[in-house]
Amino acid sequence: MIVKELRQVARDRRTLAMLIVMPVLLLLIFGYAASFDVDEIPTVVVGESAQEVADRLPDGLTVERIDAEAGREGAEADLVAGNAHVAVIAGEGVEVLIDGSELFMAKAAVQMATAMAAQVPGLTYEVLFNPTLDTSAVLVPGLAGLIIVFVGTLVTSMSVVREQEAGTLEQLAVMPFKPKDVFIGKIAPYFLIAAIDIIVILVIGTLVFDVPFNGSAIPLAIGAVLFLFVALGVGVLISSVSENQAQAIQLAIMTLLPQVMLSGIIFPLSSMAPAVRWIGYLLPLTYFNQVAKGVMVRGAGMGDLIPPLALLAALGGVIFGLAVIRFSRQLRPAPAKAAA
Amino acid sequence: MSWGLDSVSVNFGELVALDRVSLEARRGEVAVVVGGDGAGKTTLCRALVGLDHVSSGEVRRPERTGFQSESSGVWGDLTVMENLRFVARAYAVEPIHAAERISQLLEVTGLGSATDRLGRELSGGMRQKLGVAMAVLSGPELLVLDEPTTGLDPVSRLELWSFIALAASEGRAIVVTTTYVDEAARASSVLALDDGAVLASGSVDDVVAAMPGRIFEGAGYMGPNSWRRGRAWRVWASDDADIPGMAAATPDLADVVTVAALAREGAYQ
Repeated sequence: MIVKELRQVARDRRTLAMLIVMPVLLLLIFGYAASFDVDEIPTVVVGESAQEVADRLPDGLTVERIDAEAGREGAEADLVAGNAHVAVIAGEGVEVLIDGSELFMAKAAVQMATAMAAQVPGLTYEVLFNPTLDTSAVLVPGLAGLIIVFVGTLVTSMSVVREQEAGTLEQLAVMPFKPKDVFIGKIAPYFLIAAIDIIVILVIGTLVFDVPFNGSAIPLAIGAVLFLFVALGVGVLISSVSENQAQAIQLAIMTLLPQVMLSGIIFPLSSMAPAVRWIGYLLPLTYFNQVAKGVMVRGAGMGDLIPPLALLAALGGVIFGLAVIRFSRQLRPAPAKAAA
Repeated sequence: MSWGLDSVSVNFGELVALDRVSLEARRGEVAVVVGGDGAGKTTLCRALVGLDHVSSGEVRRPERTGFQSESSGVWGDLTVMENLRFVARAYAVEPIHAAERISQLLEVTGLGSATDRLGRELSGGMRQKLGVAMAVLSGPELLVLDEPTTGLDPVSRLELWSFIALAASEGRAIVVTTTYVDEAARASSVLALDDGAVLASGSVDDVVAAMPGRIFEGAGYMGPNSWRRGRAWRVWASDDADIPGMAAATPDLADVVTVAALAREGAYQ
């Protein structure tokens, strides 16, 4: 029985790879990713004494910009846009503004500000957007993204593979549908379900967990739609390389796990080793998380969120395009004659 | 007007799944493709309906082709009626005609009492009948059925063949694949496949008449070129052969297919 089982496992190479290679790979990646320690906090320093104060800031506050002309308004705008997570206003006194939407950075910044206050008389600090540093306020927007990944990627890939296994995808290919009709027909219901899911989660998060909703719904809706296209595209791509539902689930999990761990929802991107951080930059959930947290917690507007939205659109274009091509290839009728 | 394959080959990498196979499917007639597992029956169906690319040769298919895949092609989580209505809508059958056609098909297939049952809840025979009904619903000129009777009980097989005969009487060209040689005897023409190559083809009478050599029947003979048939043994031998203790028998299609397979393996007649 043991020998028989070992033979079967050895012949299922994809599962074997999952069993041997994946744990090692995951350990290495997540080992470098799993850190709540914050070493660098992007900081802007504004006000007439900006240069002088910037020179005296502790090492953990990485100065991205010094602007002696700007005031509190400009500093807050930088925090809302996500350009920096700490803003120091160096006027008559020194005021430190901390972005509460990045939980671990904010906690580290509070510690630094407290230490600075002991040395610099008159220094005050304030946590913006999430003054009580509430965990759910930071997690719920990202969790909404995770739900989209689950419905969009896992459920969609299984649905398409189920049609393959049942032989009904062949029926669709023979029917007078164009490949794009079948593609739209397959993903539209999951698009709708995921859209309803995200609304329900955000409403529950806002009403039950007191997650703020400080911005406009429009950039969040745009981000959600773009993100859904990516997630559904990944689902269809997985289905096009999977022979059965078990393989589709394995592959979907392989795309889900990195998104959970490396997108910045749990561990701050800035705490990860550079190579691992770059994997995070390739993941769509990273950008949806930035959009959702930006809109809900920081009240960011469309103008503030153009970079993550543009990256989501680019990822969506590439992945959705590939999915359409592969799916169409599966369904396009073969020519009546052999190619010359 | 006839449809079919003209010297079609289908290769999957190094594997030759079909080797220069020709098939004629004429209006109002049933062409049966018979062969064992791996003979190339499913590849032939898939090439005919445009699911597989041909490596050489030509496929002649009409604009509207009905197809039932080996797995019946029924959506298990839709009811019988939902399956039929979906196909009708997919082919843009006028609603009033669709309702009438669905009603006819339900009556002919005996599925009228099961319209609310899910596809996955149907018995094998009912599911195959629904699959054929779905394939025929749009009024295709060519109907391709891949092993519709495999795994069915004898009564269900008979019912399904009656339904296929009815579809042919409506003027459709029908191609049916099967592993059962006795079913091939119902056909207007037969194509026997083995390992992707043609063993025999033509009308049943022509194929039987064209068999080289003679068949002898008797008990207790287990020599070369022999096979068991019921309680007796059959032997394929040359025209001038005489086997003591065995009587000459009239060959049927099952004998012809067996002989063709023996000949392909290089057996001497």
